[in-house]
Parts: sequence; structure tokens; C-alpha cells
Amino acid sequence: MKAPDLRPSIAVHKFSSCDGCQLAFLNLGEDLLALTQRVRIRHFLEAGLDDPDAEVDIAFVEGSLSTPDEIARIRRVRASARYLVSIGACATAGGLQALRNLDDTHDAWRDAIYASPEFIATLAHARPIADEVRVDFELWGCPINSRQLLAAVSALLAGVPPIDQRDKVCLECKRTQQVCVMVTEGKPCLGPVTRTGCGALCPAFGRDCYGCYGPADNPNTASLARRFAGLGLLPDAIARRFLMINSAAPAFHEAGLIARSQGESQGESDE
Amino acid sequence: METPAFLPADRLQALLELLTDDGYRCVGPRIRDGAVLYQTLDDADQLPRGVQVQQSPGRYRLEQTDSPRRFAWANGPQALKPLTFAPHEELWVGELQADGSLIFHDAVRQAEPVAVIGVRACDLAALSLQEQHFLQAAPDPYFRERRRQLLLIAVHCTHPSDTCFCAHTGDGPEARTGFDLSLYETDTGYFVTAGSPAGERLLARLPLEPGDAGRFDTACDEVHAAAARQTRDLPTGNLQADLFARLDHPRWQEVAERCLSCGNCTQVCPTCFCHSEQEVPDISGTRSSHQRQWDSCFSPGHSYIHGITLRQDTASRYRQWLTHKFGSWHSQYGRSGCVGCGRCIAWCPVGIDPTEELHAICTEVKAT
Repeated sequence: MKAPDLRPSIAVHKFSSCDGCQLAFLNLGEDLLALTQRVRIRHFLEAGLDDPDAEVDIAFVEGSLSTPDEIARIRRVRASARYLVSIGACATAGGLQALRNLDDTHDAWRDAIYASPEFIATLAHARPIADEVRVDFELWGCPINSRQLLAAVSALLAGVPPIDQRDKVCLECKRTQQVCVMVTEGKPCLGPVTRTGCGALCPAFGRDCYGCYGPADNPNTASLARRFAGLGLLPDAIARRFLMINSAAPAFHEAGLIARSQGESQGESDE
Repeated sequence: METPAFLPADRLQALLELLTDDGYRCVGPRIRDGAVLYQTLDDADQLPRGVQVQQSPGRYRLEQTDSPRRFAWANGPQALKPLTFAPHEELWVGELQADGSLIFHDAVRQAEPVAVIGVRACDLAALSLQEQHFLQAAPDPYFRERRRQLLLIAVHCTHPSDTCFCAHTGDGPEARTGFDLSLYETDTGYFVTAGSPAGERLLARLPLEPGDAGRFDTACDEVHAAAARQTRDLPTGNLQADLFARLDHPRWQEVAERCLSCGNCTQVCPTCFCHSEQEVPDISGTRSSHQRQWDSCFSPGHSYIHGITLRQDTASRYRQWLTHKFGSWHSQYGRSGCVGCGRCIAWCPVGIDPTEELHAICTEVKAT
């Protein structure tokens, strides 16, 4: 008789997203083989496994809630998972598609883009997973990386809560001995308000962080926005720094709207 | 002081070659990404020439001049700290055995001999403070091993930045202790003094010429002038009582409105030693690496204890940084934790200047 399979089971679900965060699994290399020895993967369409209703120990969820169908589906995923981990900016903050939340122009865009808009069923606002169901742990990033994912999975398999990396990019930037692009070049870097986890990737290549890991713990966006103004950025440019990949994350959303309204009032006074 | 012997500028390579022959990896100032960084040095020609540094709150810029000098800059973001207190390192490893038992390995590794050329007085003072922290009460084997392998060649500073105040803290610009060799730079070469037996032995093998007393006086005058040019200062004396008497000062809240709580000041501070430790299990479930990394009193983890982050807001974190660095350091280490290098001022993305904050907090406003 075959011994029962006692490995914990996982599923990887996709919602509205580009599929890029799931690649953090597929890019694990040899660790992917080690992972498959320790867990049983029940559902993972990108890897060819199709069993969306399987009961699992850990469900990883990529993507935002952007259609009525996705609202129903996330409830089923939650009901069939012991532990739910949302992965990537779309799942944790609504992602790029949440840019549509900023203006109530959802219907106008839909009608302008699609030849037969009557077949398109989308929500006016793209929402993060935690808006609809309880999320046990969030991995932020656009995209997340394999290192983050491995740390979270290893911790869960060891039976301890994963470490929630809420420190600022700056700490990692200094640990890797990068030179600050804001101080030496005046670039409008979002590192001082953005969550670490990327390994300070952009500053390591001489560019300013654009906040793809979302707001860090205790982010002082008001002060950073004032600094950007001091570096010569106009309010509209400051708004665009905050209102990008994580535009619906509250700290960035608020900072972006303040800058945008300053730009509008300046625009009016110029007229 | 007897006139030290002179190393002509074009013989600096001889110093590098001696060090390499002795088994050292040479590390010196090189230009990378718009800053002076300590990096591996294979050839004296890799040293900057005529590069000066302009620093002000939140700003650091290199400036190319016609000067032939290699050490005409004040400092870069690093100090000696990363060479002795690693930004990120493995401390030990735990491994699960087939019989279910655990074994642990120490991760202390043999450090390589490193010779650093172009060390500043402020950074030597900072190293001495880090030695107090890491080597006295409970010696840290990781730090100790790297420190033991370090040979330090100071260059007395003649080009302080606007952010520097080492003359005020008494730690520079002239290096007085803590080096193996020291160099007084002139346009044509270096007056060389030894500060340790290892330095004496090295000095005896250098291709030196007799030093000219008049030119040495001029070189010393430049260092004194560098002290006189510094304009920043701190409220004088031990600030411990003053700071702890002003824990409710409104200025803490005011600075918190500007402070990003990003921790850059503490990361570039050459005396800050805070770190966090974490367990990094691998995916096989049989091996776990215990690691430490630089942390900061501005991170949420720094004051996390039993389920609570004690210092949630920036005002309390900023207050922790200053009351420790300039206050309770006196009880712990017998002096303030500040050596006047000014890095926290230049490398703060929003240009907060702790000397200004300390004046505002500690200096009573006289009734007029």
C-alpha cells in the first residue's frame, strides 16, 4: 500500500495581474526542486497544474480584484485555504490597474477601448485582496522576488510567522554600500518611504527608487514631497511619483492626491 | 617634533607594493557613483587626483580641481565601519542531523589582512569607540578578527567640508592616535610618521628622503588651518543631563515633521553599532543560518519587544538617536558618541543637521 502523502499542500492563484509574481516560484532554480519535495503543489496554472478548488494549507494569491467574478472566486480561495498569502503589488495594493480608481472614468475608457464593451464585466475600482477576505501575510513588490518568497515559505514550513519586512529601502541601500542618488545627484528617490525587500535594486544601478514595494513602516511622505519640491519637481511630477504602481496604498495615495491638488490650484492661479 | 622623513608623491606606489608584498589587500579612496569610497587599490594611479568634496545638509558633490593631491577631500559615506563591523554577516549555522539531533557551526572566518590608506582622524576616533563597544565587556569574535588584521594609514585632513566639526569634538583634523602610519600631504609628497611598531617597521623600508623642516611646518599649518575653517559646533560639554531634562521639548515634534525615519544618519555614522539578528532557514528544512545586519533606532524592529513596538512615532525615534548618541553614551563609554565627521548631516536626504537640533534643544533661550 502506498504511504499517505503528508506533505503540506499549496496553491498559486492568479487574479488580475501580469503573471510576473508567479515567476518568483518558477525562477527558484534548484530550490524549486527542494520545494516540491517538501510541499505538494495542487494548483498552479502557470506551471500546468489545474485544480482551483483543492483544499490547501497555503494559498498564494497574485493579482487584484478587478471583476465581479474575482470577488466570488477569492471567497472560494479563502474558504479552501488554511493560510492565505497575497503576493505582489496588485494583490497587496491593487497594482497598476488601480490607477483607474483615481478618476471616475472607468466606463468612458472601457467604451473607448473595446469594440463591444457590453461583453466587458469589470469593477469601477481595482482592489487589493485584503479588501475582500482575511489575508494572513502579504509579500509586497512589483514583482516580488524569489528570495522574499523563499524566506516566507521556509518560515511557514518551519511553523513560524514569516518576517514582515517593513524597513525602508535606505537601510538595505546602505547595507549594500550603495551611494545615495538623492544626496549625490538630486534624484527624487522614494527609498526613504518605501518598503525594503528588493535589495535596493534601483539605487544599485544609479536610479531612484520608484516605490514598487509600497509604503514602509511610518512613511513621512509629506516631508519627502517637500524635499522633491526643493529638488525642483513640480507638484504634478511629485504626484506621479506617488501615484504609480502602488497608487492605492493609503500612504502613497494620500501623498499623491495632496500633490495633485496643489498642482491643480497652482494651475488655476497661473491662469 | 623632529622633522619626519619625506615620501615623494611619485613613490606612493612603493608603499602599496610593500603592503602587497606583506600580504595585505590595499584599500583606499576611489571615486565611484559620485562619491569617495574605500575600495580595493591595486595601483596608486587609481587614487583620485585633485578631487574635492562639497558637502552641505542633504547634499554631497565632487569637484575636480587642478591640485595634484590625492587626499584633498574630507570624507565619503563609509568610514572604517564596514571593514570591521560587517553590514550583513552570518554568525552561526544550525544543521539538522539524520538522527534528529542538531549541530551548530561557528561562522567566524579567518579575516584577510587589509591595509587602509587615507584614513581620517574622525574615523580613527570612531573606530576607537567601536572597539570599546565590541571588544571590551563581551568581545565580539567577528569584529575582533577583522580589527586584528587591519593596518591603518592615516592622512591628516586639510580639506574639511562645511559639514565637518571634528575640531570641535577634539577628534581631528590631525590624527593623533590609532594609526600605524600617518601622512601629512603636500603638493609634492608626504611627511611620514609611525604610530605603532608595525608602522615603524614599514617606515624603515620606505624609499624616504630627509624631510625639510620649513616645508613640514607649512604642512602642519595647513592642518591647523583646516581646524580653524570649521564653523559647526555642538553645545559645549556633556549634554546628558541637558537632554534628559528636555524629553518633552517641542523641538522633538518639529524635527519629526521633517525626519523621514529612514535611518541613513545612523548607517553612515561611524560609531553607530546597532544591529538586528535573524534566522534564515533554507528550503530543505535541515539548515538554518543565523545572521546579523546593521539596524537603526529609526526602524520599527529596534524597539520591538514582546509584541509591542515601543517607539512607534518618529519623534520618539529621533529622540532616542540623539539622547543616546550625545547623552547616555557618556555613561556607557565615557564620552559622546559623536566624532564630528558630519556624515549624518550630508547624507540625510532632507538635510537635518543634528548640531542645529542640539542647539535648539539644549540651549536655553535667554529672556530678552
